[in-house]
Amino acid sequence: MKLLNNTDVVIALILFAAMVFIGFVNPAFWQLSNIFSLLKSNVVIGLMALGVLLVMISGGIDVSFTAFAVAGMYLVVRSMVALEYDGVILPFVCATVIGGLLGLMNAGIIHKFNMIPLIVTLGTASVVRGLVLGGVGTSNVNINRMPDALIEFGRTDILTLERANGTTFGLTAMIAVYIAVAICIHLVLTRTMIGRSVYAYGADKEAAKRVGFNTGRTMIFVYCTAGALAGFAGLLHSSMIWLANPRDFVGLELDVIAAVVLGGASIFGGRGTVLGTVLGVFILVMIQNSLILMGIDTTWQRVVVGGMLIAAVAVTALRDRRALV
Amino acid sequence: MSQTNTANGEGQGIGRFLLRTSGHTNVQLGVICLLILAVMTALRPQMFMSSYNFESMAFFMPELGILSVAMMIAMLTGGIDLSIIGVANLAGITAGTVFGYLAGEAGAGSLGVGAVIVGVGVGLIVGVLAGLLNGLLISGLKITPILATLGTGQVFIGLCLVLTGGPAIVGFPSGWAWLGNGKIAAIPVPLVLFAVLCIALSLLLSRTSFGLRLKLIGTNPKAAVFAGIQKGRMIVWSYMLTGGLAAMAGILLSARTNAAKSDYGASYLLQAVLIAVLGGTNPAGGKGNVLGVALAVISLTLLSSGFQMMRVSNHLIDFVWGAFLIAVIALNSFRSRKSR
Repeated sequence: MKLLNNTDVVIALILFAAMVFIGFVNPAFWQLSNIFSLLKSNVVIGLMALGVLLVMISGGIDVSFTAFAVAGMYLVVRSMVALEYDGVILPFVCATVIGGLLGLMNAGIIHKFNMIPLIVTLGTASVVRGLVLGGVGTSNVNINRMPDALIEFGRTDILTLERANGTTFGLTAMIAVYIAVAICIHLVLTRTMIGRSVYAYGADKEAAKRVGFNTGRTMIFVYCTAGALAGFAGLLHSSMIWLANPRDFVGLELDVIAAVVLGGASIFGGRGTVLGTVLGVFILVMIQNSLILMGIDTTWQRVVVGGMLIAAVAVTALRDRRALV
Repeated sequence: MSQTNTANGEGQGIGRFLLRTSGHTNVQLGVICLLILAVMTALRPQMFMSSYNFESMAFFMPELGILSVAMMIAMLTGGIDLSIIGVANLAGITAGTVFGYLAGEAGAGSLGVGAVIVGVGVGLIVGVLAGLLNGLLISGLKITPILATLGTGQVFIGLCLVLTGGPAIVGFPSGWAWLGNGKIAAIPVPLVLFAVLCIALSLLLSRTSFGLRLKLIGTNPKAAVFAGIQKGRMIVWSYMLTGGLAAMAGILLSARTNAAKSDYGASYLLQAVLIAVLGGTNPAGGKGNVLGVALAVISLTLLSSGFQMMRVSNHLIDFVWGAFLIAVIALNSFRSRKSR
């Protein structure tokens, strides 16, 4: 019974039950190629979700990270095209830094003006998207103009298998990047002072301040990391789909937030784990991708995601139910 | 031109009245309104001061205005409603579906006034029910308003997609189009509706115990409960009101464009939040008035219409809206710090 009190275990059980159910409806679910493609779809959403997890643990909410991802991705790809630069490491560093700096803007405004994160991030999202689309451009960078090094990087596989008919499919190497980042965030959250300060800030801001945490620094850490991860994930996304679309990621913020909440993080702050988030992302991506496998019309997708979000929030709200008010 | 006159009158004649009724914010907003009007007039005299320009603004402003007032009501109790766009579109689409069902093969254009009334009724009921769902999730299950309405908004937009299958529904009865494009004695119908709603809601919030209790819940939830206010029920009512207003905006939107689609007005969400905050509403709850929101929507409509005339790209207008929101937040924060 003690195990069941652990949120991560419960989420893993739900995930397992869902997998069994989907596999039961359509056995094609268990094919390795399907599992590999599921894992691939996890990477970008997962990286963003890790950033949002930090924000949620600190008691905030972030809807601007998709705009930052677009900024990181589009600015970097466009300048690579303009400068005819062909490399991998420098562009990813640039995208991460762009995301991080934009995150700093969020942190500054939220901390300085003591303002609700939702409203601030709605504003900064609009500012950044408006500047990118209005100031830089609205046209896609298509595969014929995408830098080759990025495409090459995005299609690296760590494992390549052959189907019966001779075509090959592989497990993307980006999954390793995702896992590495997840482990880093986990270690930072559980083993370092700054990580613990995020939990403290989310549980009770005033108490964290009085204990002696530098809350300004915590905010900067949280929002910069969220922005940096988004910028990185944005460029990774474009290198994986061989396309840089400045209108990308619209509405994705909702999916990511839903995944983090599914993973057991509390909107009130102070609760949430990396493992839970990774599982939550997997559940969300799996259910979205499996609707077709289960023969459900794609027009129902948003209803299902919305319903899942409500159900997940309702369960966590029952768990976190607080006293009278 | 009638609008210019009222705007001028507001600034000078009613200035003292504004000050007395709702504090300094509204006077500042009135001044901002006049300033924008003056600057735009100076930059583009022929185009901006044309009656055509004011008429077109009077047709599209009410949708945004009603959505902003709806947002303000959700914020009064310290909440927020991110599902208003979903509700608005769902109302328009359900009405459209009902028309298609009523008219059958004949085409919706043949339907009379009776059908339009049915359509409006159905749309409003959809909105109120959507609000009821939000309210129950928020007060019954104790879900944070942000997440509850984020989720239901997604569900509502999803239902829109399911109902339409993706493309816009077109072909509404002519009576429906009158709601969005008609005129009563040279005044656009949407503007009349907006004005009536504003007056009614303003009275509701400032002159009834309902309004007072809503604000009390936002100011201090604990004190409100101990004062014997049934907090849960009040919150459900407030979200039902918000839902009904959002549906009204959706009806006007689909009536004006003679179509309904799942992703119409997506940019209105941010703008509604911005206008509510700009109009003196405190997102943490307890403070807000209809007049402020109305003034804010007028000033921002003037601003964006002016930008459009100067051929500024739509994306940069988004940027300006966002920057404006942050600037207002910063300003409010400085002000409240000073007053402390």
